[in-house]
Parts: sequence; C-alpha cells; structure tokens
Amino acid sequence: MPLEPLATGIIDALIALLMMAVNLLPESLAAPFEYRFMQRALLTSVLVGAICGLLSCYVVLKRWSLLGDAISHAVLPGVAIAYLLGWPFFIGAFATGALTSLGIGALERHTRIKADAAMGLMFTAAFALGIVIISKIATSTHLMHILFGNVLGVQTSALILTLAASLVALLAIWLAYRPLLLYTFDPQQAQALGFHTGLIHYGLILLLTLTIVASLETVGIILVVAMLITPGATAHLLTDRFPSMLAISVGVGVSSAVTGLVLSVSLDVASGGTIVLVASGLFFVALLAAPRHGLVARHWRRWRMNRA
Amino acid sequence: MSDAVAALEARRLYAAYHQQPVLEDITLRLPQGQWTAIIGPNGAGKSSLLNLVIGSLAPLRGELRVLGERPAAQRKAGNIAYMAQQEKMEWDFPISVRETVLTGRYGLIRQDPLWQRLLPRYWANPSHRRAVEAALEAVDMAEHAERPIGELSGGQKKRVLLARALAQQAKILLLDEPLAGVDPPSEALILTTLERERSKGRSVIMVTHDMPSARRHADNVLLINRTLVGMGPPDEMLSDAMLARLAVGAPENGRGGVSVAA
Repeated sequence: MPLEPLATGIIDALIALLMMAVNLLPESLAAPFEYRFMQRALLTSVLVGAICGLLSCYVVLKRWSLLGDAISHAVLPGVAIAYLLGWPFFIGAFATGALTSLGIGALERHTRIKADAAMGLMFTAAFALGIVIISKIATSTHLMHILFGNVLGVQTSALILTLAASLVALLAIWLAYRPLLLYTFDPQQAQALGFHTGLIHYGLILLLTLTIVASLETVGIILVVAMLITPGATAHLLTDRFPSMLAISVGVGVSSAVTGLVLSVSLDVASGGTIVLVASGLFFVALLAAPRHGLVARHWRRWRMNRA
Repeated sequence: MSDAVAALEARRLYAAYHQQPVLEDITLRLPQGQWTAIIGPNGAGKSSLLNLVIGSLAPLRGELRVLGERPAAQRKAGNIAYMAQQEKMEWDFPISVRETVLTGRYGLIRQDPLWQRLLPRYWANPSHRRAVEAALEAVDMAEHAERPIGELSGGQKKRVLLARALAQQAKILLLDEPLAGVDPPSEALILTTLERERSKGRSVIMVTHDMPSARRHADNVLLINRTLVGMGPPDEMLSDAMLARLAVGAPENGRGGVSVAA
C-alpha cells in the first residue's frame, strides 16, 4: 500500500514531537518512554483522548450517553466477524455499530417500545452475539483485550487506524462545525434553515462509531463510553461557551489518557481502567470546584443570598 | 383573491402525529406582508401548521406552498425564520446570547464562499455581524450579548429567540407563542418589533393565545381546531359567536375553505 509509508512517517513525526514533551518531564517519569511500545501507547492515548474529548461534547449535550454505550457494545460482533473473515476490525465494527443504531431508530419509530428500552434491547443482543462468536473462535485473552483495551500492545496497523480516524473526526468537525453545533443545540431550527438534519444525525452517529472503533485498543469496548461522557460532562461544568467546551474536553481527554497510561505502568495495573479513573477524578474535582456550576460555588451563592 | 404570490398557501392539507390526526382539510391563503394570528385551543394543531412549514412534520396529504414554492426550497433559500416555543429549547447549552442570535444566520452563511465559512466566527462576512447586532438592538438585548443564555429571565429568553429570527432577515416570520409567559415590557417590545417587521413588508405569522394583542395588531386571524374554523379580520373572527364555534371545532361553512382577499 502506498499510503503506509506516509502513515508510518506521520506517526514517527508525531512520536518525535511527543517525545520532545516527554523529555521535559523528570527522569523517573520519562524513563519508560524509552521503549518503542510505550511511545506507541502514548501517541494512541493522546489521539484517543483528543477525539473522544471532541465527540463527548456532542454526546453529552445531545443526551446520547446511552446511545454511545449501545454503539460501543454493538461493535463487538462486528469485531468478531471481521476477525473470522480476516478483515480489518474497523469494517466489521463499523457495520454492526451502524446497523444497531439504525435498528434502534426503527424500533423506536415503528413500535410502541420506548427509546431507552430499544437501545438496551438492541445493544445487549448484539453484545451477546459478539461474546458467543468470540468464545468459539478466539482465546479469552483476546476477548479481554477487546473488552478492556490493551494499549501497551498496540500494533502499528491499529495506530494507523486511530490516526486516520482522528484526522477524519477532526476534519468533519471543522468542516461541519456550524451544522453540527446547530443540530446539537436546536434541531428544529436546523430543519427550519433548510439543513439536512437526517444527514447530520447519521453523520454524527458515524463519527461516534468511528471514534469508538478507534478507541477499542486503548480503553476497550466497556470503558470507551466513559471517555465519551466524562470529558464532555467535565467541560460542561467549567464553561458556558461551546468552543471552550470542545477545548477543555479535549484537554481532559488527553490529560487523563496520558496520566492514566503513566500511572498504570508505574503501578502495574490495567491501563484502560486507570485512564477512566483519572478522567472520573477530574470530573469530581470540577463538580466540586467549578467556578460557576460547581457545588462549592453554588452553595456559596445560596449561603450569601440567604444571609443578604 | 390577488394574483400576487401568497406567503403561505395550503390546499386540502392533512397532517398526523403518531397516527393521530392533528390537522384536517386545511385550505388557506395568506397574502404577503400581513400579520396573521393563529388561534385555537391547546392541541388544536396550531403549532403543527408551523411545523409543516419548517419541515419537522411531513404532510399526510394535500399541498403546501410557501411563496409559491415547495417549503423545502424556501427553507434552503433562507426565506423562513422560525421562533420556537421557549420550552422546546435547551437553555443549559453552553452558548452566549450573541452566538445564539448568530445561529439564525447559519442558513445564509452556507451561501458564503467556502474560504469564508472556514474562518472562525463571523468576522469574515460583515453582513452577518451587522444583522446580529441590529437584531440584538431591536429587542434591547445588546448589553446582554455576551451572557450565557441559561442566565436570562423568561422575557429575555423570548427576546433572544425573536432576535435570532430577526437576524435572518427572512421574508416570512413564523412565531410559536411569542407572547406566552412574558412580562408586560417585553410583550410591548416584541409587539413593536413585529409591527416594524410588517412595515418592512415581511409576513408575520404567529401562534398565540393572547386575544387582545391579536385584536390590536393582526390583519388576519385563523381559527384552528384541527380543521379551519374560520379566517378573516380580527373583529369578525374574535367575536363571541366565532370563539364559541372554535371551542366546539365546527367549521364555518362545513368545509372551512374561505380565503382572505388581499
């Protein structure tokens, strides 16, 4: 493939950039990053933290948390089938993720089943199918890696995929910034202004699926939804502007992915879980201490109002 | 009936929500440049009529024309501005008053050249900024432009929604209950603003429960209770007899197909 040298070139350049930052850290923290697999893990974490951070703003504001959870679980049978057929993970994951979200929409629209039940029903069915197929064809270690991530074992091919997914997501959000913002904020207004809301809706679901697939190796299917909710929720507490929400959310995503990776290596614990825990920690700090929407600020305001 | 293109024209229009009919056999013609008040009981299909125009509801049968064309074409052209009900909005959304008003220009920004659209904010094309600032001035919200929308009072929220519709500078203004739950000063401000829009030749179509304002400002009143109960000048339509008929939902002449002469 002619693209592969280009992709590895980009990856090497990005890693070199990251290593410049890493070398500013104290010796003890920087030491593990001498290893190539650690460098790859670092780049993957940064990319995954960034795109999850971007997408999570839309997920949180559009109340799509459960949908994100549903798509991430629905990806499993696709991964299994792709593995069976020797296809790239991505294609299978994408197909079943998209099929499930279409199925949810159809159930919701054409039957009396409500949205949350439709989601719960479809994604558990898809997930169960995935578990059954995998139990037949792969080892349990393999299943564990898909479910909970294996960032230290990221292969170059997976890293290329993550890089490509990040670029697509970034480009899509930049080019369709206004339609996406308006559709998230006020779909009816988007409709009235002649935007193609169906296209935006499924485009956003597509981006979500892409992000989930790209994050598989890092945090795994079960925990990816945390990275699609927590950074956006944290940022929502900290700002009242959408562009700053995107920026803060990316910051939370990247810093928790990197911190989680470093912590998990030095403590020798599961990296996916550590990454999510760091993100959750940041959320609770924001929940307490956010300047306007934090609990402390709220109680302080109420206390002052009662005294006045 | 005039030959000029009507702002809104419906012929034997039917619509349903979840298999429940909400509008039946609506035939009407609203000339351009007039102020129309749509009046009817709750759940009578008033908002549904607006939803048909903005495309969030598809007609079951019948024909709907906006400025003589398919509504979708007029939406794309940016000729239809819509002011939503306050309860339908996400006031928690992290967005400032000015940015909210700017979203009214998003359809028009789409017509700018690509390089301009890719620039952040709207500094690229000054016409958008001017329209936004003028709309903020018109509803007296310029001093609150940088505040997050979640902090505003009820009347201020209404005024922001109106400013967003004004910023579009569209030929047709559709307003869903613009006066519901507003304080008297805001109400007066909204009504004078709409007067000004009509004097610029724009068509104002508002769903309302507020009879006094309809009586004072509207050129036409549509009485809707699933079918078209009546259509005409406010003093005729808002008589006790017509309002009593509206409550029962019986059309004026069995078919509800009267049109207003322009």
